Amino acid sequence: MGHYLRNRLLQAVVVILIIIVGNFILLNAVPGDLVDVLAGRGGDMDADLMASLRARFGLDDPLPIRLLDYIRNVLTGNLGYSWPHSQPVLDVVLQRLPATTLLVILSVITSVFIGTLTGVFAARKAHKLTDVILSMVVLVCYATPIFLTALALMLIFSVQLGWFPLSGLTTAGAEEGILATAADMGRHLVLPVVSLSLFYVAIYARLSRASMLQVLTQDYVRTARAKGVSERGVILGHALRNALLPVITMAGLQITELFGGAVLTETIFGLPGVGRLAYDAVFARNFPLLLGILIVCSFIIVIVNLLVDLLYMKLDPRVELTK
Amino acid sequence: MTAMDTTPDTTAAKARPARPPRFQMLRRTLGTPKGIAGLALLGIVVAMAALAPILFPMGPWAMVGRPYTWPGDGPALLGTDVLGRDMTAAMFWGAQISLLVGLVSASVSLVIGIAVGACAGYFGGRTDAVLMRFTDAVQTVPSFLFTIVIVAVASPTIHSIVLAISLVSWPAVARLMRAEVLSVKKREFVQSCRIIGMTDLRIITTQVIPNALSPVIVIASVLVATAIITEAGLAFLGLGDPNVMSWGTMINLGRPAIRTAWYIALIPGGFVILTVLALNLLGDAINDAFNPHLRKR
Amino acid sequence: MTLSTPICASADPVSHPAPILTVSDLRIETTGPQPAALLESVSFDIRPGETLALVGESGAGKSLSALAILGLLPPDAMRVAAGQIHLGRTDLATLSARQMRAVRGGRVAMIFQDPLGCLNPVLTVGRQITEALRLHKGLRGAAARARAVELLELVRIPEPRKRLDEYPHRLSGGMRQRVMIAIALAGEPELLLADEPTTALDVTISTQIITLLRQLQADIGLSILMITHDLPAVRMIADRVAVMYSGRIVETGIADAVFAAPRHPYTQGLLSARPRGAIAAGAAPLTEIPGAVPQPNERPSGCTFRPRCPRASALCAQERPAMPPATSGSKAACHHAGTSTDHARAF
Ligand SMILES: Nc1ncnc2c1ncn2[C@@H]1O[C@H](COP(=O)(O)OP(=O)(O)OP(=O)(O)O)[C@@H](O)[C@H]1O
Ligand code: SF4
Ligand SMILES: [Mg+2]
Repeated sequence: MGHYLRNRLLQAVVVILIIIVGNFILLNAVPGDLVDVLAGRGGDMDADLMASLRARFGLDDPLPIRLLDYIRNVLTGNLGYSWPHSQPVLDVVLQRLPATTLLVILSVITSVFIGTLTGVFAARKAHKLTDVILSMVVLVCYATPIFLTALALMLIFSVQLGWFPLSGLTTAGAEEGILATAADMGRHLVLPVVSLSLFYVAIYARLSRASMLQVLTQDYVRTARAKGVSERGVILGHALRNALLPVITMAGLQITELFGGAVLTETIFGLPGVGRLAYDAVFARNFPLLLGILIVCSFIIVIVNLLVDLLYMKLDPRVELTK
Repeated sequence: MTAMDTTPDTTAAKARPARPPRFQMLRRTLGTPKGIAGLALLGIVVAMAALAPILFPMGPWAMVGRPYTWPGDGPALLGTDVLGRDMTAAMFWGAQISLLVGLVSASVSLVIGIAVGACAGYFGGRTDAVLMRFTDAVQTVPSFLFTIVIVAVASPTIHSIVLAISLVSWPAVARLMRAEVLSVKKREFVQSCRIIGMTDLRIITTQVIPNALSPVIVIASVLVATAIITEAGLAFLGLGDPNVMSWGTMINLGRPAIRTAWYIALIPGGFVILTVLALNLLGDAINDAFNPHLRKR
Repeated sequence: MTLSTPICASADPVSHPAPILTVSDLRIETTGPQPAALLESVSFDIRPGETLALVGESGAGKSLSALAILGLLPPDAMRVAAGQIHLGRTDLATLSARQMRAVRGGRVAMIFQDPLGCLNPVLTVGRQITEALRLHKGLRGAAARARAVELLELVRIPEPRKRLDEYPHRLSGGMRQRVMIAIALAGEPELLLADEPTTALDVTISTQIITLLRQLQADIGLSILMITHDLPAVRMIADRVAVMYSGRIVETGIADAVFAAPRHPYTQGLLSARPRGAIAAGAAPLTEIPGAVPQPNERPSGCTFRPRCPRASALCAQERPAMPPATSGSKAACHHAGTSTDHARAF
C-alpha cells in the first residue's frame, strides 16, 4: 500500500509539472507580453523604455531560463500579477474559490444523493414500467447541456415565477446576521445547484442502476439471502456498498469537472466564482489570470483525485491487490 | 435466458455464406428500440443539414422580416431572431455546423487517442509512462476551461474551436485504446508477426489497432455529442466563430432577450438536446450490442 | 485417504426417525409464455443426522432443488408449480416472509460452490459471521465476536481472532469455504445444504472440507444435503444417494447399495464413466456418458434418458418410467432397472 501511494504521489507531481510547462507554452503563444500590456495601459511608451523593462522582467532571457523561472514562480505561489485587479493572480483566484467550492460541494451532494436513489429504485423495478419511464426521463436529462438547463430554470423560476433571485450570491443591502445571510445565499444557490446537478443526477442514476443490477446477480447477495437477511438488509447492507464503488469514482470526476467547468453556470447566474472570473479574463484578454485559474484548478483536481483514490482504497479492500 | 445462448442454426449457416460479424453487429445495434429511435432522431438532424442549402439558399444571415416575430406569427416557421433573420434557416444551417464540428472533432480526437493509446500499450515501459503521464496531465486540466483558453489564445474560428475540442477530448480514447492493446498484444497472431520480423509500425497499424478498435467505436458517439455541446457552450459564451451561424450562436443572441423572446434561445437549445439525445441513444444501442451479457438482468 | 466403508456413526437409516426435511412431488417451472418444467415430481427426505447426496450431471436441477427449499428461486424466472416442502411438520409454503427468513440461516443453512464469490468482498469475515449471529441468535457486539471466534475454531481456522478483521480476498480458497461453513453454522441449523462445496477447491483441500463436514456432523448432529460431482466425497460422507437426471430423481437408495449395485442405466453410466485412477484425483467431470442432458424444453417423450440409454426399448419411448413405491433397498425409475455385473465391476 505504501508503494502504491508513493507511485501515485510521484505521478501526481509529474502531472503537475507537465501542466505547468503546458501553461508556459500557452502563455508564450499569446501575442504580446507583460510590457505590451503595461504600454497599452500607460499610453505611449518609447521603445527604449520597453526594452529596458523587458530586460528587468527577464523577458529577454532565453526560453529554458524563462521556463525554469516560471516553474519556480508557480511552485512558490507566484502566478503573476493581474493588472485590472491590481492584485497578484493567486489572490484574485483565491478570493473566488469559496463560491465555486460551495457550488461544487452542494451540487455533488445533491446529485449523488438523488441520482443514486433514482438508480437503485429503478434497479429494483428493472424492466417494469416505472423503470422504463424513469430511464426515459434520465436519458433526456443526460442529453441536456448544463447551460441549457440553467437558462431554462432561470427563465421559468426567476423570470416568470420570480421564486428565486436572478443573479449573484447575495442580495445587496440584505439583512445582517449569519442565519439571514445563509438563507439569502441559499436562495441564490438553488437554481445554480439544480442546474449543475441535473445532468449528474442522470449520470449517477444510469451508473447506479447498472451497477446495482450487476451486483444483485453476484453470489454474495444470494449468500446474504440464504443467511436470512431481509430484502432491505440485502440492498442496504450488502448490495449498495458494492454498487456505490463506481459512484465514488464518478463523484471524484464530477468534482474535478466542476472546478473550472462551471464557467457557463456561474456566468449565467452571475456567481462570483472562478468560472465567472475566467469568463471575465477571456474578454479582458487577461491571459496571466486565465492561465493562473487553469493552474489553480488543476492543482485542486490533482489533490481531489488523490483523495478519491485513498477513499476508494478504504472502501474496496481489494484495490491493494489490483494496483 | 437471452437470445445469445441459443445454439447457432448450423444448417442455415452452411446454406449461405457466413455473414460478416460487423454487419451482424450493425443489425443487432439498429434493431433495438434505442437504436431505431436514435437513428430516426439523427436522421432528422442529418436531413436538416442536407436540406439547408436547398430550402434556404440565402443562408442563415438573410433578414426576412420584422425582428422578434414569434413562431407561428409570421411566414418564418420558427419565428425571427433579434435582427429579423429566419430562425428556421438558422436551425437548418446550424445543423450543418453542429454535425461538422461533432464529426471532425471526434475524428481528430480518435486519431490522437488511438495513436497515443496504441503506442503506450504496444511499447510499454518508458514510452508508456511518458505518454500516460502526458495523457493524465491533459485529462487533469479542466477541459472546458482549457478549451476556452485555447480558443481565446488562438482567436475564435471554426478551425480553432474544432482543434481545441479535439485537444481536450482524446485522453479517454487513449486510455481505452491502451487497455485494449495491452490485451491484444499478448495474443498469438501479434507474437507471430514479431517472429516473422514485421516492423512495429506495421504490426501496430495492421494487427493491433484493427483488433483493439471495438470499445473505442463505442465511445465515438459520446465524443461527437460532447463536441456538439462544447461548441454550443463556446458560442453561447461569445467564443463562437463570428462568421458561422451555429445553434450556440443563436442561443447567445437570444440570451439578452430571454425575458421577452425566450424562443430565440430555447429553440436552438432544443435542437442541441435532440441531437445529443439521438447520439446517446445510438451509443447505448452500440454499447449493448458489444456487451450483450449486460443487456438483460 | 482410504476408501473403506463410509462411517456413518451418527445415523441409523433403518430405524427411520421422522425426517427433518421432506420434499414431495416438487415441480418447478419457468415463468413466461411457454413454461418448461425444470424439476418434475422430485421427492426425497432427510432424517436427523443423516447425509443425503444429490448427484447428477450439470443442469440436472440439483441446485434448484436446494434453492427451492430455502425459497430462493429467482422469482422473475421460475416458480414452484406443485408439491410441498416440509421442514419437520411445517409446510414451508405456509410461512410468512419473516418466518421464512428465520428458517434461512436459522434452521436450514446453505453453502455454495465458489467461496470467493459468495463472500461479500467489502465486508470483513467477522462482520459476515456476526451478521448471522445477530439475525438468528440475537448476539451483538463483544458477545457476537466471541461466538464468531468459537465458530472459526469449530471450522478449524487457525488464529481465529486475527481472521475476524480480514477481508475474504486475503484468505485461501479452503479458508474461505471454512468461513462460509462458519457463517452457516452461526444459526445452529438442523440442516445444511451444501451445493458443490468442494468443486472449486483442489483435491487435498476438498478432502479436508469433507472431513470437516463429517466431523461437524458427528459433533453437532447436523443433517446434510450434499450436492456434488465428487463421487469419492459421496462415498466418504453420504448415507443415502439420490441420482438426478434432467429434472427428476431417477435412482435413490442407501449409498453403499447404490454404489455396489446401481440399478438405473444412468447411475451405472455415471459410476462406470469414472476412470479408476480419477478416484484419487478427486472431482472428475461426470460427463463421460455419450450425449448430453436435454434442455428442459426439449425433453424426449417417454424416458428422458432414452437417447443416451443402451437398454432403451419401444416401451421407453411411450411411457415415462415412474419411481416405484418405497422399498428398503434402492429403487430406480426405469422400465428395465436391474443390476448389471458389467457395471458393478467398475467398483
Ligand atoms: N435463472 C434461470 N432461468 C431459467 N432456467 C434456469 C435458470 N437457472 C437455471 N436454469 C435451468 O435449470 C436447470 C437446472 O439448473 P441447476 O442449476 O439446478 O442445475 P445443477 O444440477 O445444479 O447443475 P450444476 O452441476 O451445473 O450446478 C438447468 O437446465 C438450467 O438451464
Ligand atoms: S426407462 Fe428405458 S430408456 Fe429410460 S433408463 Fe430405463 S431402459 Fe433406459
Ligand atoms: Mg448447481
